[in-house]
Amino acid sequence: MTTTATRRTAALPSLASVSKARVRAELLSFFREKEAVVFVLLFPVILLVVFGAVFGGNDEVAPGVPFIQYFVAGMIAAGLLSASFQNLAIQIPIERDTGYLKRLSGTPMPKAAYFIGKVVLVGFVAVVQTALLMAIGVLLYDVVLPSGLETWLNFAWIALLGITSCTLLGIAFSSIPKNGKSAPAIVSPVAILLQFISGVFFVFSQLPTWMQTIAAVFPLKWMTQGMRSVFLPDAAQAAEPAGSWELGRIAVVLAVWCVVGLVLCLMTFRWRSRSDG
Amino acid sequence: MTRSDSAVRVRGLTKRYGDHHAVGGVDLDIAAGEIFSLLGPNGAGKTTCVEILEGYRPRDGGEVEVLGIDPAKADAHWKARIGIVLQSTKDFSELTPTEALSTCAAYYPRPRPVEEVLDLVGLTAKRKTRADQLSGGQRRRLDVALGILGNPELLFLDEPTTGFDPEARRQFWGLIESLSDLGTTILLTTHYLDEAERLADRVGVIADGGIVAVDTPAMLGGRGTAAATVSWRGPNGPEHISTDAPTKVVRDIADSFGGAEIPELVVSRPTLEDVYLQMIGAAK
Repeated sequence: MTTTATRRTAALPSLASVSKARVRAELLSFFREKEAVVFVLLFPVILLVVFGAVFGGNDEVAPGVPFIQYFVAGMIAAGLLSASFQNLAIQIPIERDTGYLKRLSGTPMPKAAYFIGKVVLVGFVAVVQTALLMAIGVLLYDVVLPSGLETWLNFAWIALLGITSCTLLGIAFSSIPKNGKSAPAIVSPVAILLQFISGVFFVFSQLPTWMQTIAAVFPLKWMTQGMRSVFLPDAAQAAEPAGSWELGRIAVVLAVWCVVGLVLCLMTFRWRSRSDG
Repeated sequence: MTRSDSAVRVRGLTKRYGDHHAVGGVDLDIAAGEIFSLLGPNGAGKTTCVEILEGYRPRDGGEVEVLGIDPAKADAHWKARIGIVLQSTKDFSELTPTEALSTCAAYYPRPRPVEEVLDLVGLTAKRKTRADQLSGGQRRRLDVALGILGNPELLFLDEPTTGFDPEARRQFWGLIESLSDLGTTILLTTHYLDEAERLADRVGVIADGGIVAVDTPAMLGGRGTAAATVSWRGPNGPEHISTDAPTKVVRDIADSFGGAEIPELVVSRPTLEDVYLQMIGAAK
């Protein structure tokens, strides 16, 4: 038993070093998978180009606020949803289905390292995507970026809270598709529907009231509203249903969704597929 | 066998799914350094049993110790000491063997060098090929590579050679034997009886949720002492005699041919497959 005893004393790798390896694997896998890159990362960018070309004219949602400015704010919020919720709610069922999660859970890898890898991937995709959306908005459609430290700080916490809630909800939602193949067909309609009712493609205050009420339950509506507070002049608050940006309420709703998402993750996350008992 | 010598010690293991007793009272001992092969038809409780040992499934009753620890309470230290090769997986599709192995090596305290593992499983030439472009046999070798990467004391192999061509299987057997020579204990589940016969020190047959026999491949089911069959071509066509004394029978036949070569002489005993099929048939 001496060999066993000496082996047992061998220290396990630190969480930091395992997480580093996980991040590398996540980024490599993501950028090699064309579907993921196109659907998760580039699709919002493509939508911006297409919608910008169609609606880039002189339509104004408020005095001095062209629709494209409104649309970029919404598209950045939708992009955050795509990078986090859609990305994970589609990818994790595939990983569960292929036996990858089962394999990982049979190794000494700290479970936290897996989630750290996912979070860094989501953050990386979100940053790249947001930068692309802003750049295209500015270069092609004369979108005006916000100025002032306070506005950028607002941008930071709204983006962070939005992405955190949608990451947790994406991980939680990953337990719903029965297998990897069906995941895109279940997740994508949810995301697209949310985009339609949350003020991405249409001006939110012009949607039917019942639709606004439904949208207000979910995070995306509050993320788009928060992004409008960043990208639109304060005068445009008048066009919001509440007549203001409601920053406090945005923070509360998104924080509540973070807690709900975390609880759902802890209750439902599985390392093996349902067909595997 | 003393307790400290056993890599796996199971007493009275039970597992139910609803009303179905998947595993009903299994006892099992696997010595450190041994290659033990678990045989049994699909649905016999083989996978359930092995997954309880691997720490994947909870059990309903009985005692289980794997490397001296209850897998149900096992931690990362314990997981670092075992290696698991699951049945057909199709993960890591976007990564190359080198990338998959170097990622997973980061989980273990004392991993084997990635190059060495690639060499051991014969994937060096394919180390830069994406996993989804590997052949079935190469893909399986990647699974085995990932299983032995952490330098495990105990390796679980679940149908490792499915999809291998005969040459790849021979190479793989050589790999398993060399791992065994290095002191790794191996629990092999397989449907290939020639594989079990070639590799295993002992085999256990599981049927209907229970172990029906444990012995060396040569002695399983009384194989070593079972009646031999002597067959040859006599003047009136093929002849067969079932006997406990084949040497005497052959001598008598040789005499009847006046010392000439006996045509088509074969002395055979039941193959592992014969006794296995008899056992699982009897258990049903």
